[in-house]
Formats: sequence, structure tokens, C-alpha cells
Amino acid sequence: MALTLKGTQQGIVLRPLSDSWDDVLQGLENALRDAEAFFRGGRLIAEMGDQELTKEMLTALRAILDRYDMELWAVLSNNAETIHTARTHGLRTRLPGETVGVLPKDQPATVPIPPDTASSGGTRTDPGEYALVVQRTLRSGQSIKYPGHVILVGDVNPGAEIIAGGHIIVWGKMRGLAHAGALGDEHALICAIELTPAQLRIAGYFGRPPEGRRRKLVPETARVSEGAIVVEPWHTRE
Amino acid sequence: MAGKIITISSGKGGVGKTTITANIGLGLAMLGARVICIDADIGLRNLDVMLGLENRIVYDIINYIEGRCRFRQALVRDKRFPELFMLPAAQTRAKDAISIEQMKSVAHEAAQMVDYVLIDSPAGIEHGFRCASAPAELVLVVANPEIASVRDADRVVGLLEAETNTPARLIINRIKPEMVQRKEMLAPEDVVDMLAIDLIGLIPEDPEILTASNRGNPIVLNNGSPAGKAFLDISRRLQGEDVPFAPLKPPSFFQRLLGSH
Repeated sequence: MALTLKGTQQGIVLRPLSDSWDDVLQGLENALRDAEAFFRGGRLIAEMGDQELTKEMLTALRAILDRYDMELWAVLSNNAETIHTARTHGLRTRLPGETVGVLPKDQPATVPIPPDTASSGGTRTDPGEYALVVQRTLRSGQSIKYPGHVILVGDVNPGAEIIAGGHIIVWGKMRGLAHAGALGDEHALICAIELTPAQLRIAGYFGRPPEGRRRKLVPETARVSEGAIVVEPWHTRE
Repeated sequence: MAGKIITISSGKGGVGKTTITANIGLGLAMLGARVICIDADIGLRNLDVMLGLENRIVYDIINYIEGRCRFRQALVRDKRFPELFMLPAAQTRAKDAISIEQMKSVAHEAAQMVDYVLIDSPAGIEHGFRCASAPAELVLVVANPEIASVRDADRVVGLLEAETNTPARLIINRIKPEMVQRKEMLAPEDVVDMLAIDLIGLIPEDPEILTASNRGNPIVLNNGSPAGKAFLDISRRLQGEDVPFAPLKPPSFFQRLLGSH
């Protein structure tokens, strides 16, 4: 691994793990290609640490991001040269206190930034996994994209979408499009109190609800089983 | 104190925005309020026809913005209520002939004169819609009880929430109680449930609405009709009155026999 990519409220954070910028860029390109639907249109924060970022490196990085409609938004660095380079290119070198998020900018998120798992490790008895919790109605044309789990307290109306790297849990009616495990996790689940989506996707699998009206609506869970998405009512689960 | 600016919007076309603007405007005037109705559907104006004021237009909103006339001159006074005015759209121009800032300033100027400024938004969610909703303190979202219309209304409510955070209330238009009863049409409760905003009006389908609009005498002037009453009820609710929602009943056998529906 030449880099890590981590989704935060502010954007997607890139941390190079290799001294070879070519390797980092190659790794980035692979990651973006593998989950294009997820990254497209997002913005990137390069967390350079002590590593220097020259003008040439910056240009090469932007060239890749351009192909995925992504924006290089900020460069965080401890290196004075790098900070200077970033500033002269109109980039942020510090993150604002206000959170805007990986959600499109017209949809302010309602939750604070999940703390960095690495830095808070050890302070909790049960580390669990972080999720984006959103409490509102997701309306037609609105979308939530998040690399972790997404919990929505409210309804997802037709024409709205949730794309999550992990599970999607809807405490309400799921009537739009849900894509769980969008970064390739086939074990991701989609649960809803009323699961009547336009379409379900889990990792690379794809499913539509059966045509026609259903008799009774009960909470359901969708998962991938034997190469297909299956939907099970909640009450029959062990 | 400046008047309240209210925009009537829907996303989808043909759901009854202009009819509703005309009827609520007249309804408020009937209740004694001073009202200016602004037709923001530049290039496709209709509000003048529905209000029966088409032949009185001299100047329009674009003429005013371009400085060809004074604000008062662009207003067309209603022939029935002297405190009701209409600011007509320009028929020969395109929607982008007016900017958001210009629309805001026109609406605020209008609000200085009257108690209510109603803005009839064009269909769609593009520039025309943004212009019409930008000055609003309240948006009345119109939906018909059909899937496509409800979905477009949902989109509009979402845009309002995200961009301007303007409060929205729902008007459901063209309800056919007999079809709802046979479960062939979305019930008003289904529409409210999906859009999750407060209801302010339920208008039953009534062919009289169309003929009244064609004659330029909106149905709200006919107090006896259920649709006319439904419009007047919305005007009352806008004034802060707590008017219960009348149950919508299918026409009875005798009513159908008498052809009153």
C-alpha cells in the first residue's frame, strides 16, 4: 500500500505511505478507478506530514483528480516549502472549523466529524465502527455518499440515494436507491423499517424489488448470499 | 410593516400553480387584504388571463426593471377589488431576462405597498424557479395526487431546504374523492406522508375551476362551490385563521343526476 484514503466530513483524506510519489499516484489512480461512483465529484485533502510536495507533484496529482471530477481542496503539511507551494496554488493549508463534509455542499451534514479512529483508539472499551448519522428526510435529487456506515433516521424518498462504503440502516422508509459496500464490501447490509427501494446495490451486486404490491410491510434486511441480493424479513432472523 | 412574500411553486408544470395564485390572491382581497400578484413566468404569462386583466396591461415587470416605467405604472389594478394588483410578466422575453437580485428587489418593493405579495413561479427547477423563490418567506408547494407530481414537489422541497431554508406548505390540487375512495388515486394522507411538510390546502377536482379561469372570473368568487371554498380557506389560513379541512366527499348520486358536478 502506497497510501491510505479515508473519508471524513471535510473530504477524502489522502496520506502517502511511500516516499515514491509515482507509487502514491499509481495507488490513488487504482483506488479511484475501483470505486469511481463513490469518489467522483468529491474533494481531496492531501495530508503530507513532513514529506515535501513540489509544484510538479501537485500538477501530477491534479491531473489524476481531474479525470474523476475531483478537486484538490487542501494540503496539510509540516513543511514550510510545501505550505508555500500549496498557498500559491490557491489551496487551503488548514481545515476550517466548520464542517462541510463529503456530502455535496448543498446538503449540510448534521453530525460532527467522527474522531480519527487511530488517535482515539484505546480510550474506548468498545471501539465499534464509526457511522454517519443523519436525521432528516432525504428527498428526490439529494444524495448521501460516505465511506463508512450510514444511518438515516427518516425516509429516503424516490429519486434520492445513499451510497455507503459500509452498511446502510434506514430508520424509516427506504424508497430510493441504496448502495451499500460501495467500495467492494460484499458483507454490507441494507436494513430499513420499510424496504421498498427503487433499486438495491451491495458491492457489485444489484437487485430490484419484485413487481407488484406486497402484502404486508415489515422491517427487512438485504444482504448478498450465494451471488445474489436476498431480502429477509426481520422477524425470521435468528 | 412590509407585507409577506409568498411564492407558489411545484416543479412539475400543469399542476395548477397559476390558478392557485389567482384564486388565493383574490381570496385574500375578498378578506380585505391588500395584495400584489407577480407573474414570474417570463415568456409564458397566464396569470393576467386567469384574473381577467389581460386587456389592461400596459407595462410589465421587465419594463419596470429596465427603467421604462415606474413601479405603480407597471401594476394592473383588479377590476373587482381596488386593493388587488397584478404585476404582469413580459410575454416577449426569456426567463433569464431577470436576475435573482432584481426579482428580490421587485418583490421587496411590492411588499412595501401591500399585505401580501404572491409570486407565481414558472415550472421547473432552473433559473426561473430560483428567481421566484429567492425573495419568498413562505413557499406554497402545489402537488397533484399522482406519483410524478409528488416526486417533483419533493425535489422542490429539498431544494428549498438546502438552498434558502424557506419554510414550505403543501397544497394538494385536483383531488377526485371518488377515485381516492376506489384506491385509484393517492389519498391526501399518502401525499402528506411522503412530502413530510404541513398541509395548507386541499382542492377538489372541479371542471368549474377551468371554465371560471377561462372567463377570467376565478372560482373563489363563487362562494357556493366546494373548490371556491377550498381556495378561500387557504387564504384564511394564510391570515392565521385556524380553518379545519373540509372532508372531501364524492358527489352524491343526486348531485351527479342534477349535473351539478
